[in-house]
Amino acid sequence: MKIAIPVDNKSLDSNVSASFGRSSYFLIYDTASKESSFIENTAVHSSGGAGIKAAQTIVDSGAKAVLTPRCGQNAAEVLKGAGIELYKSVSGNAEENITAYADKKLSVLDEIHSGFHRHGGGGR
Amino acid sequence: MKIAVLSGKGGAGKTLVSVNLATAANTSAYIDCDVEEPNGRLFLKPERIVEEEITVKIPQVDTDLCDGCRRCVDFCIFNALAFTNRLLVFDDICHSCGGCVLVCPNKAFTERDKAIGRIQTGSSNGIEVITGILNTGEPSGVPLINELMKKAERLEGYVFIDCPPGSACTVMESIKDADYCILVAEPTLFGVHNLNMVYELVRLFNKPFGAVINKCLEGEENPAETFCRGNGIEVLCSIPFDSELGELNSNAEIAVYKDKKYRGMFVSLLERIKQEVKRA
Repeated sequence: MKIAIPVDNKSLDSNVSASFGRSSYFLIYDTASKESSFIENTAVHSSGGAGIKAAQTIVDSGAKAVLTPRCGQNAAEVLKGAGIELYKSVSGNAEENITAYADKKLSVLDEIHSGFHRHGGGGR
Repeated sequence: MKIAVLSGKGGAGKTLVSVNLATAANTSAYIDCDVEEPNGRLFLKPERIVEEEITVKIPQVDTDLCDGCRRCVDFCIFNALAFTNRLLVFDDICHSCGGCVLVCPNKAFTERDKAIGRIQTGSSNGIEVITGILNTGEPSGVPLINELMKKAERLEGYVFIDCPPGSACTVMESIKDADYCILVAEPTLFGVHNLNMVYELVRLFNKPFGAVINKCLEGEENPAETFCRGNGIEVLCSIPFDSELGELNSNAEIAVYKDKKYRGMFVSLLERIKQEVKRA
């Protein structure tokens, strides 16, 4: 099964990105083959709807779980609509989170925030 | 003649200036484009109000016709669409451009009207008062302001446009047809920062403009005035930091009606603007 993690850099020891929709990359880790790959997040510079576009990238990657510190409402709607499970990442790098996930130490992400839209005076 | 009144922050005095200028002008209209918190009506107290609802078009998809080709998802620059095992439409992200409807090869979209707010038109001592009111929670006031600007088209005489604060899309929409822009600023360093935002905006739009500095203390430092001098910005008027004016304003009174000194100040400001517009 593939899992996805928003990351700042293209390496297993990268930080987990503080933002899902605006992270630089997604680490896609295959729990069966132990292989990892990185996808660029094309939503990072979107003026709006970044979470939706980022979530579409995850849906298309075939990942079935996302490990993230937080997730906005719109992104969560897309991910959950595709049957993707959301887990709350813990402190530590991406690899440590993969281990925590494998050991079933991560809890389900149930706080979905309403988004960080409209920073800077309602740019729409 | 359309005169837009804008400032980089809220509470600088846009409504004070635009309401009093509208009152000082003999025939005029006042348009409140600050659609998230329109308050000019509290001062002008318009009567015989006619209200109309403003809607935008939102796409809805017939899932039986959608084959998941995702052309619409790829087309939508606003990221308002996603495809999982079915198409998802995010109303709040949609900018009502209609592009998805056009690119869909299966004609799976229809559009429905979504109410985003209303426009009230009334009159107050000969001033036509037009107020845009955005529904709470609506993400964008732009379509509503666009409707307000259409109404401004048919108006004659002086039309004062009370803009939203800041320099974002809603402000651009409010000033796009203006013949002249008044930048209202406070005489502080923070005021200078906000003044610079709208100063950049009006230059980008190639609009003639001048500044009004509000809440000025005599003998005190005035960084906004210094900024104006340094950048060759005409200071049209300096309004004093005056408790009497503050009290009139907090009681939703119009200074021009209540105080001779302020009537004189706003009549002169109006004259000054008329000359500036002629020159521009």
